[in-house]
Amino acid sequence: MTKYVIIGGSAGGIGAVEAIREVDPAGELVVISDEKVPQYSRPMISEYVSREATLDTMKYRADQFWKDNNVQALTGHVATKIDFAKKMVELDGKQTISYDKLLIATGGKPFVPRMEGSDKSGVFTFTELSSAEGIEAKVEQSKSAVVIGGGLIGVSAAEALVKRGIKVTLVELKDKILNLILDETASDIAEKVLTDDGVTVITGQSVQKILGKQDKPDTVGGVVMTDGTQISCDLVVVAIGVIPRTDLVKDSAVKVNRGIVVDRHMQTSVADVYACGDVAEAHDFLINGNRLLPLWPLAHLGGRVAGYNMAGKQTEYEGGTVMSSLKYFDLPVITVGTVNPQNISDYEVLVEYKPEKTVYKKILLKDGKIEGFIFLGDLEKAGIFFRLLKNSVDVTEIKDMLLSEDFGIVALPEQLRQEMFVVN
Amino acid sequence: MPTFVEEKTMKRVTVKQEACIGCGLCQVYCTIEHSKTKDPIKAYLQEQPKPVSRVRVETSKPNSISIRCQQCKDTPCVNACLTGAMTLDKETGLVTHDPEKCIGCWTCVMVCPYGAVKPDSTGKIIAKCDLCPDREVPACVENCPNEALVCEEVDE
Repeated sequence: MTKYVIIGGSAGGIGAVEAIREVDPAGELVVISDEKVPQYSRPMISEYVSREATLDTMKYRADQFWKDNNVQALTGHVATKIDFAKKMVELDGKQTISYDKLLIATGGKPFVPRMEGSDKSGVFTFTELSSAEGIEAKVEQSKSAVVIGGGLIGVSAAEALVKRGIKVTLVELKDKILNLILDETASDIAEKVLTDDGVTVITGQSVQKILGKQDKPDTVGGVVMTDGTQISCDLVVVAIGVIPRTDLVKDSAVKVNRGIVVDRHMQTSVADVYACGDVAEAHDFLINGNRLLPLWPLAHLGGRVAGYNMAGKQTEYEGGTVMSSLKYFDLPVITVGTVNPQNISDYEVLVEYKPEKTVYKKILLKDGKIEGFIFLGDLEKAGIFFRLLKNSVDVTEIKDMLLSEDFGIVALPEQLRQEMFVVN
Repeated sequence: MPTFVEEKTMKRVTVKQEACIGCGLCQVYCTIEHSKTKDPIKAYLQEQPKPVSRVRVETSKPNSISIRCQQCKDTPCVNACLTGAMTLDKETGLVTHDPEKCIGCWTCVMVCPYGAVKPDSTGKIIAKCDLCPDREVPACVENCPNEALVCEEVDE
């Protein structure tokens, strides 16, 4: 009987549990998580802080998930060391647990740059439930907040706090918010929606120092921007990004680049050791290579593939790419692939912009293939484009129709339709 | 350990593409079926939030097809769902959507190869084909004038 050990009980770990149990209902299965209730939806932290969700409604899987899947869930425990030669995981620096197959799904940790005052009470990150609970405990007594980082997490934090009546200043170092996933036009639309809802957006600057309150120097009282301006606030949310939590494989035989490098079976360079999710550097179908893609759906998918392979069912990971769907401030956006290429002259760009309807669509083609697209306002057929991009389909023949109202599966060449879209 | 797989049948809507005339009645009846009142006039003119069709008729002359959730076996929407709202019912093989758990993040919309999952008219959650759980035969099938839509029991 195979013994599986999974470190991490979030999207990836849960995906692996489900896949393993589809193949092997009997094997011993242990999940180690430093979180007490790991089965919550991390992207819903924003809903938790805005009070649109409770701890109960933000559960990604029901509480009986572990029991139903016959998992020994060691929650609130920390995997402190791995001995890859002896195939042992050390728990809480004390006892050891042996494994036949191991999955490292330890996720990412929020990146907090060295900054004076970052240890003050009232400074939070925004990727774990504990941070959200910390914010919740302070929000009632707070009037204003500074969110550092204008990416997805920063914008979601800003929205949640605004909904709680907090005056929010969002600070982005680059010239545009959401600059990794939106082009200039879409970013401007998003910024306008944010400012209309009361967020003050400051771009091209960062926070150099966090100040204390006059009467309570250890509690957040404000920030100093790079240009010297001071903004007073009661809360600071640092939302710059996440870095892979690779501590457990440090100085081991497991190959690490920026994250743990895995093959198409989600296996690391060490046999019987797998990795997935934010800690892993896995296949990207657009660049046809490995890349850090800290995205919830890919963590889950990678976890599933790892689980199947751990249980002996050979499965290849189809990969992911930069892909996000946004709903913040009720602005629906789907953005996939390359949308801000440096060498824009290598691309053919198709654009449709209807400002009066807040509809913006942009498709980037290279060598006849879709390399990226942004759909803002009208999302319905975005998934068809996602498949065309993922399957690297040459769309030269139908290029002129892509942005037409009538475009759809019916408009695809017969052969392509037969191959890729089996319409029942 | 041997596993026993039960013989299961699952309900599916299929479209005979050569018979689809692109009339759009499937969309109309889908909209009415998913309205509160199930009355065409009220559904289209009065109800708030407006009920939406979970079927889409695509036309590219001379062809047309009626598209809805295909209940994909590899369930990209279920795998991508951020909240656990989209699930695969292992008994029926149906991809089911829990509106209570849905937060309208649109991740399923992004990965649905058929564009068959879409935001509903509130813009807060998604809408997709549920094969009309209250009916023996889905509304689109029953009202297709050219019998282009067929409801079948398929063996898994």
